[in-house]
Amino acid sequence: MSSPISPRSPIELPRRAALGGLLAVALLPAPARATPDGMAAAIARFTGGATPEPGGITLDIPPLVENGNAVPVTLAVESPMTEADHVRAIALFNERNPLPQVLEARLGPWSGAARIGARIRLATSQRLVAVAALSNGRFVMTEQQVVVTLAACIEG
Amino acid sequence: MRRRVAALALLLMAAGPRSGFETMTPELQAIQRDDVANPGMLSVAEGEGLFAREGCTQCHTPASMQGVAARYPAFDERRGGPIDLAGRIAECREQRAGRPPLPRDTRPLLALEAFVAHQSRGLPITPDPRLADARAEGERQFRLRRGQLNLSCAQCHDDHAGGKLAGATIPEGHPNGYPLYRLEWQSLGSLQRRLRGCFTGVRAELLAPGSVEALALEAYLFGRAAGLPIETPAVRP
Amino acid sequence: MAQVLLRVPSLARRGEVIEIRTLIQHPMETGFRPGADGTVQPRDIIRRFTCLYDNRPVFEAALHPAVAANPYLTFTIRADQSGVLAFTWEGDNGFRQTETRAITVT
Repeated sequence: MSSPISPRSPIELPRRAALGGLLAVALLPAPARATPDGMAAAIARFTGGATPEPGGITLDIPPLVENGNAVPVTLAVESPMTEADHVRAIALFNERNPLPQVLEARLGPWSGAARIGARIRLATSQRLVAVAALSNGRFVMTEQQVVVTLAACIEG
Repeated sequence: MRRRVAALALLLMAAGPRSGFETMTPELQAIQRDDVANPGMLSVAEGEGLFAREGCTQCHTPASMQGVAARYPAFDERRGGPIDLAGRIAECREQRAGRPPLPRDTRPLLALEAFVAHQSRGLPITPDPRLADARAEGERQFRLRRGQLNLSCAQCHDDHAGGKLAGATIPEGHPNGYPLYRLEWQSLGSLQRRLRGCFTGVRAELLAPGSVEALALEAYLFGRAAGLPIETPAVRP
Repeated sequence: MAQVLLRVPSLARRGEVIEIRTLIQHPMETGFRPGADGTVQPRDIIRRFTCLYDNRPVFEAALHPAVAANPYLTFTIRADQSGVLAFTWEGDNGFRQTETRAITVT
């Protein structure tokens, strides 16, 4: 069974896609930025082209962030986590950081629960999207708008 | 009239200094409180290892460090003036443990400072009474307008504490959490580093680290924060 | 050797879902940040984190530059048997570090 997490160097693929989408703004002095299209493409790679259904996954992140350098986030899916019914993977995407991916985690019945936490960087106010891959082949998603009053990636 | 003045004085005393912790978001407060989530604790762990390896245990135990940071800067007999914790650790390390000297704000010194100060976490700052003169000079530095922006520390951190500067809440500017993990630095840093940032912000000439002026200012800041608990390693935006 | 902080219960009941919390010292240099001289600092991040439970993979995460410096990761596992948990972080410039913890399951 193939895992939705890309092999060893997941960075390569998304970078090419993001760069392709940014040719139009290549002449501007501003640093590279993901776009809504770039995020959609990254999500499509994670789901193998399937459209995730809204709901069934929670994305816990403060709606207003004073400093985008370290933002705590929790992703959770209500699931019995049995062999027959479990979460295979959870991924987090963003719209306006230089790259659309944030992290992907592989889970299984051995996880006991589908709940992961991390601290992430947000370059600016933007939309975040969390997607979960379920054992029955379905994908679920949720999104959250976050306002960032101080950027992370762009300043020195 | 006298009763009203006394009542006002009581009110002001009861108000007391407020730690920058109180103006942070609940999420950041939670990170500081959690010893596994607080990135400053990585430096404390690093300092714990260095404390054992750098010769400190020849004379000290971690337990014997409890209370030390709460009474620094301390009056140094030889200098006839204040010495800060970073300076004392550097001096001890070099002269008593025989280690090669390290400049201020290098990673091992910061880790040692974080570890030692952390042993006083929760204890109230108790300024050294022998530093009254240094604190007076430090207060003069605090109230001195400086730099191209011609601002004094007092104008922001006394007069406008609680107000906003470019979306960020202005704290009273107390040193009770240092060395601390500043999100903007994405690393642990000292009070001196923070002061350098502030001075640069108003386009003023920097005070040389460890200089008489810098130590006097530090002595005043700790005197101004008397009673606040040590929070090292604090987390700040 | 990067400094690591772990919160792993040393004792658990069979079938109990336990939370594991990890923090490792690492700059997670994004590859987008200009240094003091204006040139962009090269990327240097942790790319992969895995947890093995008696050599069985029970958690794996792929990290990107958007993960904050000094990566903090939390996840859960079901405590099945007494054994050893091995946590490995791998990344750019040959970064690789493993920490282990024993767990007793009754």
